[in-house]
Amino acid sequence: MSNRVFAGLLFLSSSALAQAPPVVRAELRALQAAVTASQSAGDNAWMLVSSALVLMMTGPGLALFYCGLVRKRNVLGTMMQSFAMMAVITLVWGVCGYSLVFAKGNPFLGGLDYLFLRGVGADPNPLYAPTIPHQTFMIYQLMFAVITPALITGAFAERVHFKAMVMFSVLWTFFVYFPVAHMVWGTGGFLNDYLGGRYRVFDFAGGTVVHITSGFSALVTALYIGKRSGYPHEKFVPHNLVLAFVGACLLWVGWFGFNAGSALAASALATSAFVATHFAAAAGAVGWMAAERVRKGQASALGAISGAVAGLATVTQGAGFVQPFSAVIIGLLAGAVCYFMVTSVKERFRYDDSLDVFGVHGVGGFVGCLLTGVFATRAVNASIKVGGWIDGNPAQVLDQLLGAGIGISLGVVGTLAALKITGLVTPVRMNEGEEATGMDLALHGEEGYNFEG
Amino acid sequence: MVKIEAFIQPSKLESAREVLQAVGIDGLTVSEVRGHGRQKGHREVYRGREYDVDFIHKIKLETVVPSARKDEVVGALAKAVRTGAIGDGKIFVTEVVDVVRIRDDARGESAL
Repeated sequence: MSNRVFAGLLFLSSSALAQAPPVVRAELRALQAAVTASQSAGDNAWMLVSSALVLMMTGPGLALFYCGLVRKRNVLGTMMQSFAMMAVITLVWGVCGYSLVFAKGNPFLGGLDYLFLRGVGADPNPLYAPTIPHQTFMIYQLMFAVITPALITGAFAERVHFKAMVMFSVLWTFFVYFPVAHMVWGTGGFLNDYLGGRYRVFDFAGGTVVHITSGFSALVTALYIGKRSGYPHEKFVPHNLVLAFVGACLLWVGWFGFNAGSALAASALATSAFVATHFAAAAGAVGWMAAERVRKGQASALGAISGAVAGLATVTQGAGFVQPFSAVIIGLLAGAVCYFMVTSVKERFRYDDSLDVFGVHGVGGFVGCLLTGVFATRAVNASIKVGGWIDGNPAQVLDQLLGAGIGISLGVVGTLAALKITGLVTPVRMNEGEEATGMDLALHGEEGYNFEG
Repeated sequence: MVKIEAFIQPSKLESAREVLQAVGIDGLTVSEVRGHGRQKGHREVYRGREYDVDFIHKIKLETVVPSARKDEVVGALAKAVRTGAIGDGKIFVTEVVDVVRIRDDARGESAL
């Protein structure tokens, strides 16, 4: 209602401004400024909340989710991996990361205009988000750069040195995250508006940028670093599923900031993405539980939360392009497919993707990328010239595939390079004694649970 | 004096406490322990991966009573925690040489 009034006033003001007497002109101009300011205030409030929600996904969300799934002796070390990203990647982002993704550059990497956040202030950047301060956009995007390498750490859980993990993650953001994010979201990006958007991939909130890159990179790290000693014949039982449960629920809530926030405004599109996100998470949980019920006779708590996360990861790419019941289909498929990946496929090939980053985020991200090409529609998002298959444009699936292919290729190559370079500087893998002691004591000199006191 | 050490089902702790109180035993220590007898473990499944869990949650309950009351207390306790199923646990009884009450150095049965 109020929006319509504002729009009417704006129309009035622009058309009437020319002929109106000076006093009226000044008043209209003041009104116009007030309208802009109030929209900006609303959008900015939502985007700051969204930024905080996405940060909450990493800590404590992901930190709790992961730490509950490892053994007791690695609880702090695992939480530290996520937390360290909140600290380290933040600084990298400020120094040059933001610039390398969002400054004007070539189709594959951004330039250096925003080095040390130069010129990133209160004035909006009309290329990305015309109604919120540029700084809000910057801090929001930072939270994505933080969680992406944090996701990978689940694949090499319980066996990598802290220093090596930090170094690998920083290199990885340079080799993989910054280029892919620029290509997909940056101005002039190859998979964005390069050549008038010829290869435009629809990636609303980072299905390719975050989940495909981290998921496939995760598989590479698991294969390169090797299995945990004793895997798979020894017991690797989650030490506290309650923590994992709380973490997964925080991820679900935080994901509203991740996906609905990607509308970059407190708009109807944000609502649509919010709804799609929620429906996919619910359907993901149902899909996984149903698959478990059929295969094992019981639906498990770990299965339910894993399914929800799979649904969320899978809908990320299409959240702002698809209708609620497309999201339900996406979620159901995510739950069932990811269940199959982390049980049958992982069992068959015997890789130790310890916390199933590949099985959930990599595969979910990939499935979601393709399904976005199927279900994207202008009825939801008018900013696209034409939607996906259901809008009569099956070729979009191929563009999505190209985007996924680039994300995967760069993920594989960049991860190998980052691992190699890290290995030259410092040992990546803990030795068997350290693994037996556990990360908490061996790497940090602390324990998560103390008897005394 | 004898020490009665009972390994019981966690769900039977309350019954055990009630019956010991009823027969006038005031001192009691419990701990959460894991173990198995002939019952052996069970199977748990995490993301499709199956683990045999050999050590099962039990409660260990310890109390020291005058030797004269041994049979009465053990009998009451066993009756209170019995379900008749495998895994009900065991009670061990051992001789206790001495007892010291730390607060006032009282010794023997009077320190119980």
